[in-house]
Amino acid sequence: MDKTRAIEIAVGLFVVAGLAALTVLAMRVSNITAFQTTEGYTVIGHFRNVGGLREGAPVKMGGVQVGRVSGISLDTDTYEARVELTIDSRFDDLPMDTSASVLTSGLLGEQYVGLEAGGMPTALQPGDELMLTQSAIVLEKIIGQFLYNKASGSDSGSDGGTEGK
Amino acid sequence: MIRWLQGLGAWTLARMARLGRASLFLLRVLAGLPGLLARFRLLVHQLYSVGVLSLVIIVVSGIFVGMVLGLQGHNTLVDFGAEDSLGTLVALSLTRELGPVVTALLFAGRAGSALTAEIGLMKATEQLSSMEMMAVDPHRRVVAPRLAAGVIAMPLLSAIFTLLGILSAYVVGTELLGVDAGAYWSQMQANVSFYDDIASGIIKSLVFGVVASWIAVFEGFDCMPTSEGVSRATTHTVVNTSLAVLGLDFILTALMFD
Repeated sequence: MDKTRAIEIAVGLFVVAGLAALTVLAMRVSNITAFQTTEGYTVIGHFRNVGGLREGAPVKMGGVQVGRVSGISLDTDTYEARVELTIDSRFDDLPMDTSASVLTSGLLGEQYVGLEAGGMPTALQPGDELMLTQSAIVLEKIIGQFLYNKASGSDSGSDGGTEGK
Repeated sequence: MIRWLQGLGAWTLARMARLGRASLFLLRVLAGLPGLLARFRLLVHQLYSVGVLSLVIIVVSGIFVGMVLGLQGHNTLVDFGAEDSLGTLVALSLTRELGPVVTALLFAGRAGSALTAEIGLMKATEQLSSMEMMAVDPHRRVVAPRLAAGVIAMPLLSAIFTLLGILSAYVVGTELLGVDAGAYWSQMQANVSFYDDIASGIIKSLVFGVVASWIAVFEGFDCMPTSEGVSRATTHTVVNTSLAVLGLDFILTALMFD
């Protein structure tokens, strides 16, 4: 009888472990509901374009991670992206005029928010808005602009064979 | 020439007859499944021998497969400066393919062979016939709980395997190789969808569970009741299950991710 009980307990544990693994896969890996908490304070930046920035992306200052992107939404008044940056509470004396830009690590890497300190003596307070922001670089736009410039710059030249010199 | 044709015909007929026997056998076992609810304890005991006893090999392989994926994935991705995508790579390969398939292969080796040997030995020692003498249907009493246990255990084992793989790749990636921990999870969460990746992995492992347990119990039930027959049936189980799982995996992948 005791052995039966041990077997039943083991099976119960097995089923619970399997279901728990499924739940974690659903929650943590595919992120049905995000439950990540970062300690710190939140500041807000408005970007015209955040590109491929995602929630949970790192916020870096001088290459050192200081926080995470905790929320991205669309501001329906200005039609700009409203990005909430949760900064670690260790870095609580960033200057008021800190600027933020959406950057990419490496050619194909993940996008992150880079902060650059300004010179003002007053520190950012929780809930403050960053004054200077720079949008993500959208590759298609740049290529389009490049081609446009190229075309308008070389319209006096011949159609082909200008490369060789 | 005629001889050769005759041999081919006989071989084909034998195969078809065996497939027919296997299908009829599956139907009889399925008919016995509802009765299992009344004898829940039988199922629990089989879940123990099929599921709990397979845990060790599943856990250890999951951890090592994950660690190797982490190392190899990082080696390749770092050339493109894309090592932040390690989480995506690991999670997608594990949830879609490696989790269900490797679990099914290990299951065939660990639990399927044991099922075949057990049932085959029951047949060789005429326990099955004596059950029939006592008006106990061995399909219901012996086979049905084993099949059900295999089908239930496979998705659970596969989930455990996948999760441990992702966690161990996380440990290797972030602690050893310096991938950003947040990027690992955030890229993974952004690129893994529940319905496309995790749910289809679960469906795969359910299908593999049915196939692997079906082959295992049928080989045992259909074996020659000699010691040689049992050993041959056990080998057949492992080989046939592996082939069936790999072939089915291709078909399922083509259906799910076209």
